[in-house]
Amino acid sequence: MIPPSLQANPVLERWISFPAAGKVRVAFGKVEYGQGIATSLAQIAAEELDVAMQRLIVVNAASGEVPDEGLTVGSMSIEMSGASLRAAAAEVRALFAQEAATRLGCDVDEIVIRDGEFLRDGRQTDLDYWKLAPHVDLRQAPQGKARWKTSDRHHIVGKSQPRSDLPAKVFGGGFIQDIPLKDVTHARVLRQPGYKATIKALDEAAIRKAAGGDIDILRDNSFLAFLSKSERAVTLAVAAAEQHLMWNDARDVNPTLSDPLALKSLPATPWEGGAPAPDSSNRRKHSASYGRPFIAHGSMGPSHGIARFDGDTLKVWTHAQGVYPIRGMLARITGLAPDKIHVEHTQGPGCYGHNGADDATCDAAAIAVRRPEQTIRVQWRREDEFGYEPLGTAMQIELSGELDAAGRLVDFSSEIWSGPHVGRGYALVEAALAPGTPPPPPMSIPGFSGGRLNATPSYEIAATRIRENVIVPPVRTSSLRGLGGPVNTYACECFVDELAGIAGTDPLSYRLSMTSDPRASAVLERLGALSNWSRRGAGGNGDGLGLAYSRHRDRGAYVGVAVALRVDTEVRLKEMWCVADVGLVINPDGAKNQIEGGMVMAASWALKEHVKLGGRGIASTMWDDYPILRFPEVPSIRIELVPQSGAAPFGTGEISSGPTMAAIANAIAHALGVRIRDMPFTREKIAATLLVD
Amino acid sequence: MRKINLIVNGRQHSIEADERETLLDVLRNRLGLTGPRFGCGAEQCGSCSVLIEGEDKPSCAVEVGALSGKTIVTVEGLGTAENPHPLQTAFLEKQAGQCGYCLSGILVASKALLDRNSSPTRAEIAEALAWHLCRCGAHNRILDAVALAASRMKVPA
Repeated sequence: MIPPSLQANPVLERWISFPAAGKVRVAFGKVEYGQGIATSLAQIAAEELDVAMQRLIVVNAASGEVPDEGLTVGSMSIEMSGASLRAAAAEVRALFAQEAATRLGCDVDEIVIRDGEFLRDGRQTDLDYWKLAPHVDLRQAPQGKARWKTSDRHHIVGKSQPRSDLPAKVFGGGFIQDIPLKDVTHARVLRQPGYKATIKALDEAAIRKAAGGDIDILRDNSFLAFLSKSERAVTLAVAAAEQHLMWNDARDVNPTLSDPLALKSLPATPWEGGAPAPDSSNRRKHSASYGRPFIAHGSMGPSHGIARFDGDTLKVWTHAQGVYPIRGMLARITGLAPDKIHVEHTQGPGCYGHNGADDATCDAAAIAVRRPEQTIRVQWRREDEFGYEPLGTAMQIELSGELDAAGRLVDFSSEIWSGPHVGRGYALVEAALAPGTPPPPPMSIPGFSGGRLNATPSYEIAATRIRENVIVPPVRTSSLRGLGGPVNTYACECFVDELAGIAGTDPLSYRLSMTSDPRASAVLERLGALSNWSRRGAGGNGDGLGLAYSRHRDRGAYVGVAVALRVDTEVRLKEMWCVADVGLVINPDGAKNQIEGGMVMAASWALKEHVKLGGRGIASTMWDDYPILRFPEVPSIRIELVPQSGAAPFGTGEISSGPTMAAIANAIAHALGVRIRDMPFTREKIAATLLVD
Repeated sequence: MRKINLIVNGRQHSIEADERETLLDVLRNRLGLTGPRFGCGAEQCGSCSVLIEGEDKPSCAVEVGALSGKTIVTVEGLGTAENPHPLQTAFLEKQAGQCGYCLSGILVASKALLDRNSSPTRAEIAEALAWHLCRCGAHNRILDAVALAASRMKVPA
């Protein structure tokens, strides 16, 4: 079978070619943002072609240069792009092997390739990829017949490989912000406070005076940008503009909407699925509600976009999650045909989903077409990123379950209130250029809702049902690492711990009793051994040990996390363990790095993070208002990958966060003997819980 | 505008600048040193950190007029790809970073730490980096890398 992205981009040469002696050009549509995808995909290509990693030239993602693979999202790059690249490489290898066999007058099975050289029966021939390249036409579609290597023959895949993107970053370079540009025009944008807002009064003279240098003020409807050759002048201008600008119809958000429970008061579109409830006489029942507030991506660097329009074509540098989707948006915003827009991806600060990157790119393009022949560099301020990036939506989750006589969970219901988890395809600048026009409803994917990912616990349960209420949030929300999956896993795995308590069973044994999947059991058992689970005490003395498990999106990696912590006035994490079966591992160290990063970020979400709404939208606009986990608060972490040589590979970027949040909550419940169900687990919340108790 | 003399990474620079311009803008836009990075502009994240007279300071908050004659070190001053500082080598060996945006500030802060304490404990390293934010969760690898560099840099007694 030909994998979907290879089917969609069916010319082999688009993926792999041999442009110069000893070199292999490899192209794919997924982008690097520090997650190491470029390295892992290069490993897959090198493995299948049997060439050394150093021979590869990995093409930077740019429109026209790489296959269109949409966005780099959902921990799906290895599964999606990796499968296509592997298939393309296997096809290429087979075409070359056939050509070599024909020339040597032998059977194709006699050919072995070693670092690009073709051997026959173990003996050298004078053939290699580069000598054969002129005679093999790669401008052809895959046949779907070539077989890729089985994992027992892998010598590059499965071995840790240092990331190709990292060296530049320890020597002061590597980012979009670092591209040297001649005669650049610095730009700052003053954001429209809500799509309805229009400019009532703007004191341009006062702003020019404050800027202290030559500035150009670009005003088009509610879009307002300050441009100058001096970065200091635009910095001062935008700060002054806050004081010298009055808006009509600015958004005014009620601060009480910061509470996830408030989602239930907003109009919602419901969705229901699952089996009807079976007869439930003589069963023990339990219900509980869990909340997660709005959270921010909180990338270390505010978003950045660069654009230049020469009167005919638009050149754009972006740190968006793919070059083709943003090109479509840019075409709509600028009125240019897509083939007049060239988009080049350049790495930006941490991505974690849909942050301000798309918007900053669209800002730069909108300015560039209004100011031709200038290289426009838009830098968002910290308060722009916190104040206007799409948030990870708050979620309120109400669970109920029924236990049979043996204490086994046989009936499970979840009702979820959530804003949209996918809000892509529309830029802030569009609303500013046409104030009053409500943004279009978020793009929907038939049958998919981010809010329903992992909505049921990853065990065998006789009857389950889900009701999801998608509300219109008071501020923009969109994808953040894992969408609703980690939050659902958090709720489900807290709930399973509570049920184990009701059933009077140890939480680890309880979980093991509800799965017959040997891969799930292997993960849980190993996690128990690693975390010394058998020595876990009765709890209630301030020291807690908790664990949680999920199968990512019900079909991906098997992941268990255990957490040891101490609670006095606040939570202090002592140690975290993760055992994961991610199928075939491409780059073990890269996978562990992703899993560990996901655990630390999730610990930060669980213990600290809470976007405050209010005023014109988001009220927490600086790091001081939005604390995250710091170096002294990060516990030691141990990660083990379960070897699975014969299996398909699963993505790793999002898999650890749900189990981590739940394991923390379960450990807190163990430490205190009382459960806190609403994140974040701050000092205030612990104090309030203990007082009530 | 006035003439300001800066000593950056061991080199003398004489620039014409408004003395209220931030050191960060001067380093990035005038001297082409992209290591110090804009993160918040409010001394809250550490992305823009440089060493001023050997101390880890946010360059977004320092006016350049106050720095005449002062020694400034950016991550570029630690080492290069050809001749890396032991910290840079250790960060690459430990793959200590994901997006990497915080690393310039963390590397110079680590250098400042090792200059005053050649064998810091893990807790001391974490404390020295406490005001530096890392969002990707590379903290443990970073602590490991600093400890590794320290062990290698220690002059045998």
